[in-house]
Amino acid sequence: MNSRIYPLLGFVLLVVLLVVGLQIADRKTNLPSPLIDKPVPVFDLPVLASEGQNMSKDSLLGKPYLVNFWGSWCVTCRAEHPVVTELAKLNAVYIVGMNFRDEPEDAIAWLKRWGNPYDVSLIDFDGRVSIDFGVYAAPETFLVDPSGTIVFKHLGQLTWDVVETEILPRLANMESGS
Amino acid sequence: MKPSKIFIFILTLTLSVSVLAQRSPVQEPMVFENQQQEDRFNQLTQELRCLVCQNQNLADSDAQLAHDLRAEVHEMLMAGKSNDDIKLFMVERYGDFVLYRPPVQQNTYLLWLAPLGLLLIGALILRVNVKKRAALLDSNPSEEQ
Repeated sequence: MNSRIYPLLGFVLLVVLLVVGLQIADRKTNLPSPLIDKPVPVFDLPVLASEGQNMSKDSLLGKPYLVNFWGSWCVTCRAEHPVVTELAKLNAVYIVGMNFRDEPEDAIAWLKRWGNPYDVSLIDFDGRVSIDFGVYAAPETFLVDPSGTIVFKHLGQLTWDVVETEILPRLANMESGS
Repeated sequence: MKPSKIFIFILTLTLSVSVLAQRSPVQEPMVFENQQQEDRFNQLTQELRCLVCQNQNLADSDAQLAHDLRAEVHEMLMAGKSNDDIKLFMVERYGDFVLYRPPVQQNTYLLWLAPLGLLLIGALILRVNVKKRAALLDSNPSEEQ
């Protein structure tokens, strides 16, 4: 009598494992970045639409900024564009667009067509910098504090919900902290 | 044409199409100085995960990122970096998930030790059952046949 319940228990255990496994598989698309709390990777890149001008990591030190990886080839970047635009209107943070693996002409046309929410766009033509940032999908967004440390990363489409619950509070924190 | 010839013709045609349709792992021509470097490259790209298509390794994947990371691995190899250096480069950027072979560390103890634990539990259950049966047979010798 008692031993009959064991197979049932085993079954229930397997079901629990399945549910847990499925949930973990769901989260796999949003892996924690090992770069959180680490310094921003070094970069020194040409500025989009400004011939001969470069911008480096060092020149951005001292203020918080947002790094948004995008490309004109990236459909999801187009989808999140209104949110970035809305955020830019708040003037809450300096927004750096990282145009990666893209043709500069295409990028300029894209910005002209949909509007340019970025304070500056940098050209990461061969994607080297995107590899240093551990980018494996586009768009990806990183929030950097004034000391040049990455404090938050969002993978995939930026939503207003993420802006309100993750980005703006962190910015407010930085301001009250300094 | 005789029916058998037609059959053979169709057979050759379909077979050749399937060969054409089969996608061999796309590899850029990579230049190595010696066989050892090439072996290491093949080993590394098989142990590193392509993060775009998460169930493929770098060697098999045709994603743009996999292309770039293969080039990166190649460059580091040629620059004389060790396998550990190259893996560390990947882990620093993409996390432990990039490794197909999880390292033994605090958050993977469960993963590595669980099979051993299950084996022990199995052995325990087996022991208890065997003992029970033995006791049963001892008390009921008539059933023994």
